[in-house]
Amino acid sequence: MKKIESIIKPFKLEDVKDALAELDITGMTVSEVKGYGRQQGHSELYRGAEYVVDFLPKIKIEVVVVDELVDKVIDVIVKSARTGKIGDGKIFVSNVEKSVRIRTGELDNEAV
Amino acid sequence: MRSKLLALATMLPLSTLWAAEEAAAEAAEAAPTLDVGNTAWVLTATALVMFMTPAGLALFYGGMARSKNLLNTIAMSVMGYIVASIVWVVCGYTLAFGTDISGVIGFDSFFLSGIKVTDLWATGNIPVLLFAAFQMTFAGITVALASGAVIERLKFSTWIVFAALWIIACYAPIAHWVWGGGFLSADGVLDFAGGTVVHINAGVAGLVMALMLGKRSDYGKAMFPSSVTLTVLGASMLWFGWFGFNAGSELGADGIAASAFLVTNTAAAVAAFSWMLVEYVTYKKFTLLGIASGIVAGLVAITPAAGFVDTAGALVIGVVAGIVAFYGVNGLKKALKYDDSLDAFGIHGVAGIWGAIATGIFANPEVNELGTGLLYGNAGQVLVQVEGVVVTIIYTAIVTAVVFKIASILTGGARVSAEAESQGLDEVEHGEKAFNLR
Repeated sequence: MKKIESIIKPFKLEDVKDALAELDITGMTVSEVKGYGRQQGHSELYRGAEYVVDFLPKIKIEVVVVDELVDKVIDVIVKSARTGKIGDGKIFVSNVEKSVRIRTGELDNEAV
Repeated sequence: MRSKLLALATMLPLSTLWAAEEAAAEAAEAAPTLDVGNTAWVLTATALVMFMTPAGLALFYGGMARSKNLLNTIAMSVMGYIVASIVWVVCGYTLAFGTDISGVIGFDSFFLSGIKVTDLWATGNIPVLLFAAFQMTFAGITVALASGAVIERLKFSTWIVFAALWIIACYAPIAHWVWGGGFLSADGVLDFAGGTVVHINAGVAGLVMALMLGKRSDYGKAMFPSSVTLTVLGASMLWFGWFGFNAGSELGADGIAASAFLVTNTAAAVAAFSWMLVEYVTYKKFTLLGIASGIVAGLVAITPAAGFVDTAGALVIGVVAGIVAFYGVNGLKKALKYDDSLDAFGIHGVAGIWGAIATGIFANPEVNELGTGLLYGNAGQVLVQVEGVVVTIIYTAIVTAVVFKIASILTGGARVSAEAESQGLDEVEHGEKAFNLR
């Protein structure tokens, strides 16, 4: 099992969710996060006082899938989240050692 | 009328003199009757002006405060109005509008006692009690306006004590001098709806408090307004209420009230436009906060002039108001390095001073015979206006400093602790949060 964490632009969430649903991914966890990468922040102006916003709002999507699906899922996320402009985000993949479905007690591949 | 009759009587034989005196007495007895139209309008205007403080100003200011201080900022406006409401009926009204004592202060009685429901105010033939209520709403907004200079660091208890003392010691005397038959009105100062009494007064009081209280500890760092949306909504409510403020100050439902209503709107619109353009030229953004600030600057500047100037005068007053207030906020504050948090002085003080002087320039006797300005041949009016401005600034500065010091001592220091300041006053002072976004 692998966990695929994607940091994306907030307005792309619907597109990514729909694309993943087509792959029969049955669940995901979404968080509103803040951060910066190469895009850096931006500045806002209030009555002549300019404030730099270092951290931009992003969406983090976490999906755990069986190993065979990893490449497909990454491909779908990249296609659906890309705008081609700076700040599109990143995808990180890591190993998941164990998973449990709380209601039934199913384990690992049965539980993702 | 009476003096004419008496003058006539002295030229007649003694017997007719008696008859003439009787006639004069009868004329005096034929007391003025209540004007229904005027009364209906001023009742409405009073409610409009009331709405400006706990709704309009509260949101205008609240939206500019950081979200951790949003409720506290709103509470200062709301409580300012509440304190004024109480102080006004206890003693504020009589100090401002009671029988004049040497041109300095008024006094008849505490608690509005002695004013009968049938008593009429000489201007407009409206009930004296209605006039007292109308003026109460002005005291309320004036003290609330000053709060904008000291938000996010002033103790709430200090604010309550300050508001009460300040209305008695600072607002009531100045209202008396300008509107209550005191020495500034005797000198001929024109202030239709409160350029000196309300806006310069509040702006200078705010500045003095900001200087005494010191800057917010993280002044200059990223201090994001909690919601420009709330601020614009508040500015629009102020604009709405300002029709009562300016057109209501005529105390009558007549042509001058209509003219004041129209030029109020013109000046607000034009000042919003000029602020927006200057800001765009300077920073390349059309900020909505700038547009809202311009609206208020225009409303402030037209206030003393509302019942005296024509539309052309209002256009010039508005254009200049947007520009001077923009520099009051963007130039003056940065150059002098004080933390007038929401620009009570930068907007109300600066645009108020401009409006007071502009009244002396643009007052058109064809609009209102009571005011003739520089452009209509009365150059002296500008000097009289300057006198009004200077007296107000000096008196307000001194009295605010004294009153603020007293309020500070009575409440064990005016400033919240550094920890409370960083935590936010909503939680520390009120135990509440503006939003629970869960």
